[in-house]
Amino acid sequence: MKYTGAEIIIKLLERHGIRQIAGIPGGANLPMYDALSQSESIRHILARHEQGAGFIAQGQARVTGRPAVFFATSGPGATNAISAVADAKLDSIPIICITGQVPQNMIGTDAFQEIDTYGLSVPITKHNYFARSAKELFEIIPDAFRVAMSGRPGPIWIDVPKDVQMELIEFDEWPVNGAPDPSPAIDMRSIQDAATMINEAKRPIVYVGGGAIHSGASESVRALIEKINAPAVMTLMGLGALPTRHPLSLGMLGMHAAPFTNHALEECDTLIALGARFDDRATGKVAQFCPDAKIVHIDIDASELNKIKNAKVGIIADLNDAIEALSPCIGPKGSNDWNDRVDQLKKEHPMYMPNLDDPTSAYGIIDHVAGMLEGETYITTDVGQHQMRVAQAYPFERPRQWLTSGGLGTMGFGLPAGIGAALERPEATVVCFTGDGSILMNIQELITAVEENLNLKIFVCNNNSLGLVHQQQDLFYEKRIFAANYSRAVDFVKIAEGFQMESYDLGTCIDPVSLIANVLAKPGPALINVPLDVHHKVFPMVPPGGANSEMILRDKITA
Amino acid sequence: MKEGGAGPLDACNWKFGRMMKTNTILELTVKNHSGVMMHVCSLFARRVFNVDGILCLPTGDASKSRLWLRVKEDLRLEQMILQLQKLEDVLDVRRHGASHAVFERVGKYFRE
Ligand SMILES: Cc1ncc(C[n+]2csc(CCOP(=O)(O)OP(=O)(O)O)c2C)c(N)n1
Repeated sequence: MKYTGAEIIIKLLERHGIRQIAGIPGGANLPMYDALSQSESIRHILARHEQGAGFIAQGQARVTGRPAVFFATSGPGATNAISAVADAKLDSIPIICITGQVPQNMIGTDAFQEIDTYGLSVPITKHNYFARSAKELFEIIPDAFRVAMSGRPGPIWIDVPKDVQMELIEFDEWPVNGAPDPSPAIDMRSIQDAATMINEAKRPIVYVGGGAIHSGASESVRALIEKINAPAVMTLMGLGALPTRHPLSLGMLGMHAAPFTNHALEECDTLIALGARFDDRATGKVAQFCPDAKIVHIDIDASELNKIKNAKVGIIADLNDAIEALSPCIGPKGSNDWNDRVDQLKKEHPMYMPNLDDPTSAYGIIDHVAGMLEGETYITTDVGQHQMRVAQAYPFERPRQWLTSGGLGTMGFGLPAGIGAALERPEATVVCFTGDGSILMNIQELITAVEENLNLKIFVCNNNSLGLVHQQQDLFYEKRIFAANYSRAVDFVKIAEGFQMESYDLGTCIDPVSLIANVLAKPGPALINVPLDVHHKVFPMVPPGGANSEMILRDKITA
Repeated sequence: MKEGGAGPLDACNWKFGRMMKTNTILELTVKNHSGVMMHVCSLFARRVFNVDGILCLPTGDASKSRLWLRVKEDLRLEQMILQLQKLEDVLDVRRHGASHAVFERVGKYFRE
């Protein structure tokens, strides 16, 4: 067989099951695009910004759990892709970014659109590659898939100079596809120790992180929680591992948790951390997080154990394997004093979401959309107050239903991630809750959604402000609101029209409930502007740097 | 360390960790290609962890290199080693005491 480097890339991606690639062409990746144009099994989705392409790939990877690929050219194409890849690093999402690079004989000459892509991508990827020859692609591409999927998943960057893309080589066989490395062996002694701790626990809490979702272990996690009859908290990334409405679910913990959730953590004597990394937004001031608890920590990433909190028992393992080994050593527990105590905490320190009945209110819109959605649904958000409200109020049912930028907190995530989800799940309804600040960061992708005719509904929670910044200035900077309010309001209904997307305004319509119902029932993309008052804050809130027990419950306006 | 207490990266430990001054020698076996030095050095640099000595040569088997690092003993070192082990191109990490001969012997090339 005789193929060019570019053709080899496309063929290997086909062989790895890649069917849709978002990206933007340019001088340095045109050979790859030319080869892609000849592919019968891969569709290309033309994004309008490389960050958009990267978040589309993230949306695909987050709903399927499999690696997704996106393309960008050298120089500005590569720099534009960086935020989306860095975001994937912090949330452990397997995406593969393939960029063109100037030909090798021009590297180091400050050639047009030359940039040190390899160097730039080192700190924001799980691993990165620079292809020196077409032959090397035989190792690099399968290895990229292997690394992306093995252990704790993460993003990969492959930089391919133009001469490598054009190099013609002859070979006999395709390489074997990349597959995840086998999981680490289980240390049965630690499993025994963990079982003893769990069996002896009087007030256990299970603390579930994104690792439970990534490893596909939600079912085993749920079974374990039910067996020990322990209340469970989830991180922002862990939402969906246990249904929000499960009787043992205490929802999200940390900075914007329900009051009873953080109070219960304070009283727990045994914390069972499953695929969670004790992030500061979850723990608050670390020294005061679960002050009385012994910790069992199970994670596939050895560097997470004892990083923030020392565990009494740390187990490096795939969660499914660990729970399978642990379960037989654990005695089932019935209802007990601790469950009663948690019920009492729920009554004494309830979650308060104002104006839930009003579909035009900050929480009400989320609740009404949730109530009206039918069938398979996916929820994406941007970053800010609206994101925290969705995390608090949306009744998640399944893993991978919830797509949000957790670790990096990147405004601009929601719309393109929603596009990626809708591309992979064309039968489903994808809802993106965004803010008027965030959506402007990748607004250009509205037209991508229209072109692809995706079933994507965008709710712009519009307070004409960078709401979460406003909230922090109001609460922690003596009300000096600066650079948070917009002096001119954007007409998002008109903007969407310009992108040929159907759009509606919940503020001026007569019957908001039927408007929402009609929009959700009609297939295809739509944008709904939801005017909100910026003085309504997200509560509770733990002041940054404070202990979770110091949460602010409400203020005069939100009360 | 107290169980359930703050881990090594907790703020107060951090400062304390930096005050300790003994050297540690790390011996890394790595894949021999151009990016690997960058991966290792970038890891230390972005965590503001000083490396004051580096030696690197290919091993007898030219597909691998040996990389010697001299770093300050620090409570964060355990975490650094775990991070090093996560790098795809790092095959093995060993920790030696300050008295390891490797930097002593090349030392004479560095005394003016
Ligand atoms: C790319 C990026 N820039 C800045 C920030 C800091 N930031 C966090 S929330 C926020 C305000 C978001 O405003 P909006 O999207 O309107 O959402 P709201 O809080 O009003 O719901 C800002 C600026 C960020 N998270 N991401």
